[in-house]
Amino acid sequence: MSATATIAPESIEAVQSAICTHEQIVVRGGGTKPLLSAASTGQTVLATHRLTGIVEYAPGEFVFTARAGTRLQEIAAALAEHGQYLPFDPPLVAAGATLGGTIATGLSGSGRQRYGGVRDFLIGVRFVDGQGRLVRGGGKVVKNAAGFDLPKLLVGSIGRLGVIVEASFKVFPQPPAYVTVRAPQPTLDDALTAIARLSSSAFDIEALDLLIEDGTPVLYIRQGGLATTLEARQQNLLSWLGGGAPLPNEAAFWTDGSVFGWAPAGWALVKTPVTLNTIPVLEQALHAHGAQRRYFGGGAAAWIAWPGELTALDALLTQLQLSGLILRGEATWPFVGARTGAALVARIKHVLDPANRFPTL
Amino acid sequence: MPSDNLLHDLGRLIPATRLLRRPAEMTPYESDALTAFRARPAAVVLAETQEEVIQTVRLCHRYGVPFVARGSGTSLSGGSLPVEDGVVIALNRLNRILHLDPRQRIAVVEPGVINLDVSRAAAPHGLYYAPDPSSQLICTIGGNVAFNSGGAHCLKYGMTANHVLGIKAVLPDGEVVQLGGASLEGVGPDLTGFFVGSEGLFGVALEITLRLLPKPALYRTVLAAYDSLEAAGDAVAQVVASGLLPGAMEIMDALAIEAAEAAVHAGYPRDAAALLIVELEGERIQVEAEFAHLLQVIESSGAKTVTVAKDDADRARIWKGRKSAFSAVGRLSPDYLVQDGVVPRSRLGEALATIERLSRAHQLRVANVFHAGDGNLHPLILFNGRVPGELERAEALASEIIHMCIDLGGSITGEHGVGMEKRQHMPTMFTETDLEVMAELRRALDPHEIANRGKMFPTNEAPALRSHGLHPLERQGILSRE
Repeated sequence: MSATATIAPESIEAVQSAICTHEQIVVRGGGTKPLLSAASTGQTVLATHRLTGIVEYAPGEFVFTARAGTRLQEIAAALAEHGQYLPFDPPLVAAGATLGGTIATGLSGSGRQRYGGVRDFLIGVRFVDGQGRLVRGGGKVVKNAAGFDLPKLLVGSIGRLGVIVEASFKVFPQPPAYVTVRAPQPTLDDALTAIARLSSSAFDIEALDLLIEDGTPVLYIRQGGLATTLEARQQNLLSWLGGGAPLPNEAAFWTDGSVFGWAPAGWALVKTPVTLNTIPVLEQALHAHGAQRRYFGGGAAAWIAWPGELTALDALLTQLQLSGLILRGEATWPFVGARTGAALVARIKHVLDPANRFPTL
Repeated sequence: MPSDNLLHDLGRLIPATRLLRRPAEMTPYESDALTAFRARPAAVVLAETQEEVIQTVRLCHRYGVPFVARGSGTSLSGGSLPVEDGVVIALNRLNRILHLDPRQRIAVVEPGVINLDVSRAAAPHGLYYAPDPSSQLICTIGGNVAFNSGGAHCLKYGMTANHVLGIKAVLPDGEVVQLGGASLEGVGPDLTGFFVGSEGLFGVALEITLRLLPKPALYRTVLAAYDSLEAAGDAVAQVVASGLLPGAMEIMDALAIEAAEAAVHAGYPRDAAALLIVELEGERIQVEAEFAHLLQVIESSGAKTVTVAKDDADRARIWKGRKSAFSAVGRLSPDYLVQDGVVPRSRLGEALATIERLSRAHQLRVANVFHAGDGNLHPLILFNGRVPGELERAEALASEIIHMCIDLGGSITGEHGVGMEKRQHMPTMFTETDLEVMAELRRALDPHEIANRGKMFPTNEAPALRSHGLHPLERQGILSRE
């Protein structure tokens, strides 16, 4: 590790010249997903921690623009002053995650259940590609169909197509109050059926997670809205479910989930997109391997804490035709499992980074 | 001219009844809803299978002949305008809903499926497909994907891109790719999102996985009348700032009100300068509480009259007037142009006042019917193409409106796409480098630039032929320009 150097440009121009003068670059934001910004010998870390600050925020517009290195904590606090929030509920906010890192890793949290993920709220981006070119895609208004959707291309690009330097997001008013129901289920099948029914129901659900607690599937269902109506809405939900109970200290539960407080230290952490149909067989295999796991977004994805070698998880996911992104763990390649669209990504990368200054994607 | 070899090979691939070559057969494919332009292709392929689409694209690639994939031709930006002497691949016959999974709330459809048919198929399960362009009775999902179509309900749930989870596509060089899948989440670059809105330049979507939403328990709709367009625009900013998140917020001006009333008797107040429709949706208890709050905001926004939809029939009537307003206004004039620029929502009032001033300065009537909650304008510029100079004045006015949108920090298009109509405005919104990078990305997928050539990027190519008057389908009321 000692053979890696770190540079921290203070301006977009400095990012451009840094890219032109370094042969191998790894971009690092807050470093909260360590594997995705890990550098090896000969690589230069381009840290974004000096590229910070909210550039533009008009609360009445429900849109903000900030430099990529800005910590989400700062953004969340600025939004909260006006009763607004990031509806895609990015993870690791309290751990120091940055705006750029969140886009580049394409991560959303439990709150994505209500309105969608990071891809659905990013409206514009400025990035420096592997040739040092400053490129803009999208804009600063909530609706925009002009040009190719470069912002979406950068979601999940892990800093390997370019360095995101600035981004614009739309935001929403935050529900003034929340309540959560904890509802243990007799079997996994029952849990998945409950998720399917809830997701197709007219209940407005902010978050819908499935945990396995001592072998028992447990649903955590969060509702949000006007404090005056929440109690009645929760009662409706409880009687519709025919079970479960209000969760005390519900905010702490979701905050702890957001920083993966449940995942054992030293274990690898992987995100795997799933569906209600793929969960049963994955769940069985994860249980057999002694992995800890938590499903979020109404069964849209799993966070997997993996105790052993990641090659075993890679084989497992490949066999199930699932894919995964490693946030932390020992690996030389950030993905595990099956992969689609790799050939297309390679063609795109050749345009944006022909000299391969950024690692392979 | 395309090589005889291409036409010969197409003839071996596609039965003669579905390979149109005669001018009379191809007339309906010469233009789309941007009727000011038309172009005659060399051939139209009425594809019935994905394999036919793939093989046609491969032939076009081999011979370097441009192709344009086309759904129902409702593009307002000339997005499905043929390339002169190129090939049109008509996809309306690829109209199967391949798979509808209510448990996972997804539908896998072919590109020729009509937008509204997805919601119809999902309805028995209490689900619907959210994006609702006004042409949803006729427009296809393939076209929606190509142009990232919007609609009246984008405010809360976003545009087409926010509802497409996966795409199987044939790239312009004939490679077939699978992007995304059935999950709402993904890893790696969001290729599905990147493909949506690429205006046909990245190839043809063959199978599209759509996300379905549960129908809300309750809608509450209010109609407020104002003395000026600016006041209605300011009211939108107040509703947005109040912390409410309506499913839709729409504005119509006096000309649009009058036309809509004449067309469908929606029961709108005729003496208003502007109407604002606001709709809340969601869980019953929550919506009722929010609606009370909304009415306070509306009352204090200077509304002249406030009408609340009493029941579903009332709500349907309000929306019918709104959705028919466009074609109704269109009938007031021999010709019209539509823009769909976007401005920040807090500057709507200002933008509307500017449009009014520009309308007077150019001595052309402009009607406004638009998605106010998104700041997505739809100025409809009325003119008569047979009067010398009017088209040029209309285009000048349209151009000034687009520049105003950019000056206010907005976009040249919210949902119609750039197409051929606004390609010359791309350099005002994007830098030379931005456009260069986009062009390089395009060539990485399409080295010969054969997929929907002449769209999105500014070119020096000769413009297509001009035509005059309504599209034949528009005259029949099948198609509407919004």
